[in-house]
Amino acid sequence: MNERLPRECELLIVGAGPAGMAAACAAADHGISVVVIDDNPAPGGQIWRGGPRVNLPPRARALRERFERLPGLRLCSATRVIDAPTPRRLLVEREHDAGVIDYHRLLLCTGARERLLPFPGWTLPGVTGAGGLQALIKGGLTVRGERIAIAGSGPLLLACAATVRAQRGRLVALAEQAPWSELASFTMELWRWPAKLAQAIALASPRYRAASRLIEALGERRLEAVVIESLGERREIACDRLACGFGLVANTELAQLLGCALGERGISVDQHQATSVAGVYAAGECTGPGGSELALIEGRIAGLAAADQYPLAAALSRRRARWQAFAAQLEQHFALDSSRLPPRRATTLVCRCEEVTLGELETHSDWRRAKLASRCGMGACQGRVCAAATAQLFGWPPPPPRPPLSPARIDSLLLGGMKEVQE
Amino acid sequence: MIRLILDGEALVLPEGTSVAAALAASGDDHARSDLAGRPRAPFCGMGICQECRVCIDGRRRLACVTLIREGMKVERTR
Repeated sequence: MNERLPRECELLIVGAGPAGMAAACAAADHGISVVVIDDNPAPGGQIWRGGPRVNLPPRARALRERFERLPGLRLCSATRVIDAPTPRRLLVEREHDAGVIDYHRLLLCTGARERLLPFPGWTLPGVTGAGGLQALIKGGLTVRGERIAIAGSGPLLLACAATVRAQRGRLVALAEQAPWSELASFTMELWRWPAKLAQAIALASPRYRAASRLIEALGERRLEAVVIESLGERREIACDRLACGFGLVANTELAQLLGCALGERGISVDQHQATSVAGVYAAGECTGPGGSELALIEGRIAGLAAADQYPLAAALSRRRARWQAFAAQLEQHFALDSSRLPPRRATTLVCRCEEVTLGELETHSDWRRAKLASRCGMGACQGRVCAAATAQLFGWPPPPPRPPLSPARIDSLLLGGMKEVQE
Repeated sequence: MIRLILDGEALVLPEGTSVAAALAASGDDHARSDLAGRPRAPFCGMGICQECRVCIDGRRRLACVTLIREGMKVERTR
């Protein structure tokens, strides 16, 4: 932890989830020196996050062990990218220091985050993201005996429910917005990915309700109940926690800052996982959410391509296509239906940091005007939550990011600027 | 086991616990107060939303991506 930050490397990988770890292993096998920076305290990403109450799957443990023993690997955990001050250089910050790292090639494995949509009561303590609750439980949060409701859309809801059950939480509702017809046709397609079919069966829950709509979270100082609508009937369900999520959105801020072109679902890449910027690659959920299997293969292809092993990378393209097809199924069957999203209420906060309401935003025609007039997206999270929400609510394209990419100390920012001036 | 100080009170928790989980273990999971003084608690759990920002040993940190350390002083923020 107190080891000094590396100054330069051949391949710099941002993100130590499945894609980043697979890429590091593939590149190191071909003699490339690798630096990996990751904002979490330990490698694994969101899906293979470790913690005091975590039993990681054998595949995750095996990859993590191999990754951590790579010859020549320098892993910088709990380290955030703040800026890209000049080409082929990133400014990073840790708890006690900051530094610039020069790279020859860069691989973005920045993952995805949950799409979190506003609804009345979503700022109450006790309301979290679905992946957020999983992460908090893995970090040691005790939910034993607590009444937990889960709502939103996508397979992450089922995974969250399984985590809750394993920790002896009491699942009181599991509300999916997609209708049964979509869930049935999704399940019918799963024979093409037998492991996913087995997983779906293992995760099945008697509480699962399709075509359900999250209406609001109720409580004074903390969450006390949730209102969910199923089959036209509204029910108030008493609960201690509500975990919600409406699918995933790719983390593309760093890519945008570097000038990489985006596609519809994330960073745009070619068959070698190369972005539109020379020397910059991208792999995993940041190129479009698709699960750990796709992330692992994309990571390997990117690691091989960054080591100029193009024939080896090409040999993996069929496997990648198989999992890309799975990602397409997910996207199709769990598409958000606006009639089953939480109701729009003018008083609901959209920007949690600056406390801007839906009513204030509705009077504007685009993100820029809304931001200038209301400070929406100008708080601590820099629009990470509300820009995805307004993209869904109003169809506003997410704004281009500006440095610093996350709140940073002034001495870190000076370091980025000073190096620029010196050279 | 690790001992930390949260708003002046000692808490003893297993190694590997996040500061966000430590907040909840204290019986009150709020991390900061909003402009009207209402409590806000960890929300995204993965370092994105910034709702869990607290003061750790004098520096502003995110509770959800920080692990507890022996003797660490954590203060909720305004």
